[in-house]
Amino acid sequence: MTINRREFIKANAIAAAAAVAGVSVPAVASNLITSSDITKLKWDKAPCRFCGTGCSVNVGVMDGKVVATHGDIKSPVNKGLNCVKGYFLSKIMYGKDRLTTPLLRMTDGKYDKEGEFTPISWDQAFNVMAEKAKDALKKDGPEALGMFGSGQWTVQEGYAAVKLMKAGFRTNNIDPNARHCMASAVGGFMRTFGIDEPMGCYDDLEAADAFVLWGSNMAEMHPILWTRLTDRRLSAPHVKVAVLSTFEHRSFDLADNGMIFTPQTDLAILNFIANYIIKTDRVNKDFVSKHTNFRLGETDIGYGLRPEHPLEQAAKNNGKTAGSSTPIDFDEYAKFVSTYTVEYVAKLSGVPEHKLEALAELYADPKIKVTSFWTMGFNQHTRGVWANNLVYNIHLLTGKISTPGNSPFSLTGQPSACGTAREVGTFSHRLPADMVVKNPKHRAIAEKIWDLPEGTVPPKPGYHAALQNRMLKDGKLNFYWVQCNNNMQAAANINEEGYPGYRNPKNFIVVSDPYPTVTAQAADLILPTAMWVEKEGVYGNAERRTQSWYQMVEAPTGAKSDLWQLVEFSKRFKVEDVWPEELIAKKPEVRGKTLFDVLYKDSSVGKFSLDEVPEDRLNDDARDFGFYIQKGLFEEYATFGRGHAHDLAPYDRYHKERGLRWPVVNGKETKWRFKEGSDPYVKPGSGWDFYGKKDGRAIIFALPYEPAAESPDEEYDLWLSTGRVLEHWHSGSMTQRVPELYKAMPDALVYMHPDDAKKRGMRRGDLVKLISRRGEVQTRVETRGRNKPPIGLVFMPWFDASRLVNKVTLDATDPLSKQTDFKKCAIKIVKV
Amino acid sequence: MKKFNLAVIASLLVLTVSPMMYSLNANAADKETVNTVATLRDHTPINVQKEPNAIPQVINKDIKQGRNYPMQPPVIPHTTRSYEVNKNNNKCMSCHSRHRTEKSQAPMVSVTHYMDRDGNFLADVSPRRYFCNQCHVTQLDAEPLVENTFTDMHSLMKKKAVTSEKH
Repeated sequence: MTINRREFIKANAIAAAAAVAGVSVPAVASNLITSSDITKLKWDKAPCRFCGTGCSVNVGVMDGKVVATHGDIKSPVNKGLNCVKGYFLSKIMYGKDRLTTPLLRMTDGKYDKEGEFTPISWDQAFNVMAEKAKDALKKDGPEALGMFGSGQWTVQEGYAAVKLMKAGFRTNNIDPNARHCMASAVGGFMRTFGIDEPMGCYDDLEAADAFVLWGSNMAEMHPILWTRLTDRRLSAPHVKVAVLSTFEHRSFDLADNGMIFTPQTDLAILNFIANYIIKTDRVNKDFVSKHTNFRLGETDIGYGLRPEHPLEQAAKNNGKTAGSSTPIDFDEYAKFVSTYTVEYVAKLSGVPEHKLEALAELYADPKIKVTSFWTMGFNQHTRGVWANNLVYNIHLLTGKISTPGNSPFSLTGQPSACGTAREVGTFSHRLPADMVVKNPKHRAIAEKIWDLPEGTVPPKPGYHAALQNRMLKDGKLNFYWVQCNNNMQAAANINEEGYPGYRNPKNFIVVSDPYPTVTAQAADLILPTAMWVEKEGVYGNAERRTQSWYQMVEAPTGAKSDLWQLVEFSKRFKVEDVWPEELIAKKPEVRGKTLFDVLYKDSSVGKFSLDEVPEDRLNDDARDFGFYIQKGLFEEYATFGRGHAHDLAPYDRYHKERGLRWPVVNGKETKWRFKEGSDPYVKPGSGWDFYGKKDGRAIIFALPYEPAAESPDEEYDLWLSTGRVLEHWHSGSMTQRVPELYKAMPDALVYMHPDDAKKRGMRRGDLVKLISRRGEVQTRVETRGRNKPPIGLVFMPWFDASRLVNKVTLDATDPLSKQTDFKKCAIKIVKV
Repeated sequence: MKKFNLAVIASLLVLTVSPMMYSLNANAADKETVNTVATLRDHTPINVQKEPNAIPQVINKDIKQGRNYPMQPPVIPHTTRSYEVNKNNNKCMSCHSRHRTEKSQAPMVSVTHYMDRDGNFLADVSPRRYFCNQCHVTQLDAEPLVENTFTDMHSLMKKKAVTSEKH
């Protein structure tokens, strides 16, 4: 309603009078516009722009603007529902400060690292980028180039970026922000099953008798899955919900067994459950003997810090052997976990014995179908891969896996963390379809599909997320492009690594974003970017569901999609600029061509004509390049996985479906992998087949509890955990620009136990400083909010650009997954 | 009833003012952002900390806010502090459920809330809609950091209605 009160009353009076008199009034004077020409909205489907749940939304367009969105009733994921963020998707593209022109730091008309942001044309922007990239290449070779991408990139964008970096520039220095989000989950899958991504699907939510949340606040972070879990729990009273966390949060509202544990002791609790299953003789011996192997993992593996850090100096096995293991048998495994008694673990974790036993019983009781969910509590953990391995252990010991309701389920944070980061392989060590750069056979497959000479893809894994910031600081990574994420706000320890890295005079930093973010503020060149339904794309959600959408509205003039930027930039390089002569000699016909020709237009990416783009559809990217680039990228990418248990349907089908869960074989999606009858890749007669491993057996790992990288001491006397909130997506760059969401949760407060506040002479609302060994941040105290930490721990969300909590956090990572632990560091809090 | 009338008038005023505020200078963004690229930090350098403002109060006026489009979940116009919504109790329903609204004069939860996943109507609110705070949020008395230029479909329709009258 935008009419004012006077118009409102006047219109009402006229309409009422006319109705009485039996005459019709002009539509403009009526208080209800009914003409279908005018009221008609053009509706289309798109996956939500936010979390890994992958809800489908209907997007309503009128006169080139998104004017409404609502939950898609046809989507099996959300069946008509959205969370509060999803309901406000309509407004995320309309923040008044959308960027519409490239901005370069300049002084007196020339690039200057210390200059002011100055509008330039796209042509000038690509000129300076190409010059800086070529300089870096000439000086230090491909390793001086790097890119930080995203689990919010479309599949096509991620694939185009991998091809440009790994084959074009011949560097593996490309990593997604998904490294912060689920690298440990990937590590866990690869180590236990030899193949990535969950075996189960969301249908488990309606089939399980018990749910266990391990370091997952689903109520806020996966709200629509939480509605399904709530639906199941409340409509089937026998269902039980156990929630584990280091502080009490909204998911405890539904908990039958809520448990607060001391940070890091989840490892011990997991081993206790395994021990309990063995001690109470509830091992599924048939399943274990047919489908599993046991191995003892390497220990004392360090904390992924810089090599000179005392913790790395002290660690015995933080080198290349950190991920190694040796075969053991069941008895040795049973002996290994036997020290994790209920008494010991209750003392270590702070969780009462009866609660631990009630939890273990959900897994041990063969009659209970149990689904475990986890997110950042496990993954952002210096032993994150271990935590993933250990939860698989308890599902494998009981055979509660790959059947409806029995499901160890790793949830992803981002809308295409699975699709773009994992499946496409935008990591510094990966290639599409679970392949890795260090495997010569995998490189050969990629080179064959890309029709490029042998030796194009470099074998050495590139810099991962945390290492990229360190290498920027050390001046080793000099041309750096950030797309579709806000890492200056998101990465840990920005004071010591990220900020000095971006501002290092040796480096040129490019940031593509729709909005002027904190990362853009730290950049040298900012590129205005089209977002979401301003472009066509594909996302892959946490249950392997691949979903596509069409472009529905034009981007603001001047803003271009990440895909357009990547591909357009490739036109600035001749093959001779980037490849050595001996490589060109292996395929002389590429001589004189641009990377755009070789990687995109003349490859299989370029083979679908514009005729295949529906006429009534926008598609600025395809029309600009002259071919259906999104289809070409998708189809070429899909050849990596087809026939290899990662099968995707033909591209066009995704435009007709509310997504399909891969592998899609003979046109049919797969709900439960590794189980005969539901997964076509399972060997007939095997029952279960963990075909990611050569012998079809999953691995049960013996791995111990080891302490966190940094724990509270006398001076830094509190644990700090960071995380998200319901109302904001990640760093808030979209949702903080929606007034209703901003006003629902404007500021990141520090959530504290009232006794902790009192002890420090603080009250709710007081201005305080959080101080760690690395930096400090100011905020206000909250003692009665939705999060209720125990004494000794505080929680502060990271969505607030004005209060950068990552100035305080520690950049310790899991040495196996290289994922940062954002949930544990030691701080003190003082009044300002 | 007096309170109700006042509320209606006040809400009309709010509706009149707020969309206009958000659409002012919709196209002026370029010039303003050129040298000030950190809107949400109030243009504070990354290595500087601006003093955080006080925690704003929850708007507790019981005045309905307009919706941006029909499917938008209405925001909550009152405080919900210490409202218990857990597996045993749902405080919101003590006013907003069908059989309580006559007494409470609060709006009844929408009929969609009675539907299960398959679209069948249940006798009471569906458990999938149980946690109200997943969609409905209170509003704090905080001034948005950035204007939003979202266009209400009604203003587009009005424009078109005028145009079609002229033809």
